[in-house]
Amino acid sequence: MSMSKTSINPFNHDVMPDNTPLVNVNYNGKWIQVPKGLNVVEVTQSQGEFLPHYCYHEKLSISGNCRMCLFEMGMPKMDASRQPVLDANGKPEIAWMPRPQIGCATNVTEGMGIRTNSPLAVDCRKGVMEFLLINHPLDCPICDQAGECKLQEYASEYGSGESRFVEDKIKKPKHFDLGKNIVIDDERCILCTRCIRFAREVLDDDVLGIVNRGGNNTVTCHPGKHFDNEYSLNTVDLCPVGALTSKDFRFKMRVWFLKETKSICTSCGTGCNVTIGSREQTVYRLTPRHNEEVNSQWMCDTGRLNIHYLSGEDRFTRPLSRVKGELYETSWEDVLRQAGSRLKTFSGKQISLLASGRMTNEELFLTKTLIDELQVSLYDILPRQGQGDKFLRSADLNPNSIGASLLGVSNDGKNLQAIKSGIQSGDIRALLVLQEDATEAGLSVEELSKLELIIYVGLAPNATAKAAHFVLPSAGFTEKHGSMINVKGRVQRLNQAHLPPGRAMDDWEILRDLRSATTGGNGIHTIEDLFRSMSAKVPALAGLTLNKIGDHGVQLSLTAK
Amino acid sequence: MAVAERRILFKHIDEPGYTVDIDCYLKHGGYEDLKKAIKLEPQFIKDEVKKSQLRGRGGAGFSCGVKWGFIDAKKTTKPIYLICNADESEPGTFKDRQIIHKDPHQLIEGMIISCFANSVHLAYLYIRGEFPEGARILEKAIAEAKAKNFLGKNILGAGYDLEIYVHRGAGAYICGEETGLIESIEGKRPYPRIKPPYFPAVLGLYMCPTIVNNVETLCNVKHIVNMGGEAYARIGKPNNTGTRLIGVSGDVKKPGYYEFECGAITLGELIYDVCGGIRNDNKLKAVIPGGSSSKVMRADGRYKVKGANSEMTEIGLNDIPMDFDTFAAVGTMSGSGGVIVMDETRDMVDCIENLSEFYAHESCGQCTPCREGAQWMKKIIHRMNHGHARKEDTDLLKNVADNIAGRTICAFGEACSWPVQSFIAAFRNEFEAKAK
Repeated sequence: MSMSKTSINPFNHDVMPDNTPLVNVNYNGKWIQVPKGLNVVEVTQSQGEFLPHYCYHEKLSISGNCRMCLFEMGMPKMDASRQPVLDANGKPEIAWMPRPQIGCATNVTEGMGIRTNSPLAVDCRKGVMEFLLINHPLDCPICDQAGECKLQEYASEYGSGESRFVEDKIKKPKHFDLGKNIVIDDERCILCTRCIRFAREVLDDDVLGIVNRGGNNTVTCHPGKHFDNEYSLNTVDLCPVGALTSKDFRFKMRVWFLKETKSICTSCGTGCNVTIGSREQTVYRLTPRHNEEVNSQWMCDTGRLNIHYLSGEDRFTRPLSRVKGELYETSWEDVLRQAGSRLKTFSGKQISLLASGRMTNEELFLTKTLIDELQVSLYDILPRQGQGDKFLRSADLNPNSIGASLLGVSNDGKNLQAIKSGIQSGDIRALLVLQEDATEAGLSVEELSKLELIIYVGLAPNATAKAAHFVLPSAGFTEKHGSMINVKGRVQRLNQAHLPPGRAMDDWEILRDLRSATTGGNGIHTIEDLFRSMSAKVPALAGLTLNKIGDHGVQLSLTAK
Repeated sequence: MAVAERRILFKHIDEPGYTVDIDCYLKHGGYEDLKKAIKLEPQFIKDEVKKSQLRGRGGAGFSCGVKWGFIDAKKTTKPIYLICNADESEPGTFKDRQIIHKDPHQLIEGMIISCFANSVHLAYLYIRGEFPEGARILEKAIAEAKAKNFLGKNILGAGYDLEIYVHRGAGAYICGEETGLIESIEGKRPYPRIKPPYFPAVLGLYMCPTIVNNVETLCNVKHIVNMGGEAYARIGKPNNTGTRLIGVSGDVKKPGYYEFECGAITLGELIYDVCGGIRNDNKLKAVIPGGSSSKVMRADGRYKVKGANSEMTEIGLNDIPMDFDTFAAVGTMSGSGGVIVMDETRDMVDCIENLSEFYAHESCGQCTPCREGAQWMKKIIHRMNHGHARKEDTDLLKNVADNIAGRTICAFGEACSWPVQSFIAAFRNEFEAKAK
């Protein structure tokens, strides 16, 4: 693995430079070669094993406080002339140290001995597990972390089956407000300081700290400060126990019921890799998914929390068709037949199309096909600029502006004015609006009312839907398949976590069927078919398939427009 | 017959008319050793300290010469710092405070010489928060020394600059741990650092090479310059050179602070001859020989030591000579020189409850075993000592202590578990008797 290209992490203990020399290490009795300087936690990982730890995190400074990764360490035995003493097999003999060492702060050197399963190492883990649990509230039944809690995991693996603690537990604050998105339960906290180090080292927002002393140590905000950082919720993921919880997610769903789907966040052009946690038809949370090339292990709170519109009460669940001024629910067959035949009555010059930078490549490709086949002359997307930051948030709030340009649907908003004038002059008589609200693109309600045909593809009511003749209910980003290209030119995949509500359909299917109803059959049956026909036509995507894009995306070589 | 004290560091302590003023100090030959040292090569002084075999007086007894040897001014581009550890907080220890309160210039002079020897231009004097008067005295002494050009720019015209800042602690025992102390000076919580990689000699104060020495150690440097390393090494015993400041507290008739040649006096001589014996002429029961963290010794115990011809012999407690190596050989340590004497009236569970309360209160809480274990031990002992002992408690307590020692970031883990382990080892019957 190469060094991270993103400079968002001050520490990358898990990524050694490519040219790191190897050293010989005796790992649980077996001689192995590992990169010099790798710490022992990472060494065990490289061997497909695991040295349990709480405070160590590969992207944070080494704190060494939890003592869970204690192991037995040895160094080569030296003779009087400072030469290693060799055993019968010609391998160096190891002198084992009586005092255990922590794996996270021990970097391997030539000839080092590592025992992670010796009686001493096992006894250390058992002791630490017991210490961590004696004052813990053991409120797993009502704890949001249950099911993904390191205390639970290691207790079952390394703990003792019984409690020897008969004293009173230490009392600490139970639901202290750390900031707008986070609550801390200090009794659950094991004081690993991951949250403090993340705020200090990665965010440079040093507002968290510890007050009081010894057994009464308490993680809190410094006086007068709040942990209101745009990236605060990453501490909830970092917290190995149930101390930090997300106000948005807490008490909503037991994590073991959540289906996990790998996808990307669509709240800006960065395209942070995420895991969608959903149950049945509802998304309960997004969590960042590790991708060193995009977001490392982090994501912003805005993106993470931008899921609730998906389960809004107002979502369109059936196609709608306007009859005598009112929208009525109808069937897909009916709405597509009617919309298709109405659309065919206009010439290309009379039709405009407003697409979206929030659409997938597949949707945009079909849109462009439709544009070409109908010879639509005026079309564009709605550009969306916001405030970016130095960390992950992009100033481009459209997740797929690059795809929209690459696939020829975007004119960077330059055509929006022409569409407006066309409508005003009466030259443009029909408008297709895909996943946008035309009023956000500068059209007034009056202008919309002049149009003879508006076909709207989208999730929920807006001014365009209100004026539309046909409403085709589509899918949100957790409900669809497809791909997008982030601002750095990386093509990444969205996967469907759950079905859209009611009879709403994935947008690419709507567009396929609309095209079929307008210009005839096209032989596209699956999203894979669609991607194949797209990659055959678009040189930048040549040779790619959705499978080849994989979970971590593929960097494209895009030439500047 | 009482062994005579050999007062070198304590020479003027409690001398009638001896004050903390610089004039008084100068009248008694003060700063003459600095005048001598500043004309020497720094490396020469370091060599003399090495020859003297001076061992650190803070508790661990680590060789001062070796510690200084980790620092090479020629090999670093970073500034080198020296810190005087005056955070004397170990229960039973009250030696450094005598110097701080009664002979501050001796310490300042020792510090200046040590700084000069190690090419240090900025030093900190870290004094515990509970010594406000000591801090005031030291501030005044530093100002006086500065006015006389023993400190500041171009000291005594030798072209050497040095500033010393007094830094007051805020009342935490852990600040006596050198890396906790460094964090404290940096303005942070005094969480001891992990070693490796944060050895003070490499990544100390502000991530620069740093020497941390105890008050008594630094004072000794002045006398080593005065008499020469080899002459100093003739005081005491080989590898246990110089004098030791000893504070005796507990059940003796004359508790107090004394100075003896290292190993020149036995525990029995100290207790019975120097301190007048046990109060009320009670029987001696136990001794903690080097501050509360050192392991307790039974009065009727038999201890194996190396005899004159390197053969092993068994001796009683009273015959143990007080030096670093002998105490280590008999399974405890000379530590900080605080001797705590307990007589036959003492309930050992009661005594350890007192100590474990201290350690539970002072654990910084950074790492798991000490944070949780120190509190747990305190609660078990408190329960045992207040009528709710169970049969299994003694073994449980011992096991909790075993799960702390050797598994923590700093030596506090040992400091809080050794007393418990040793009290149980020496007086198990008393713990078990609590469970009826």
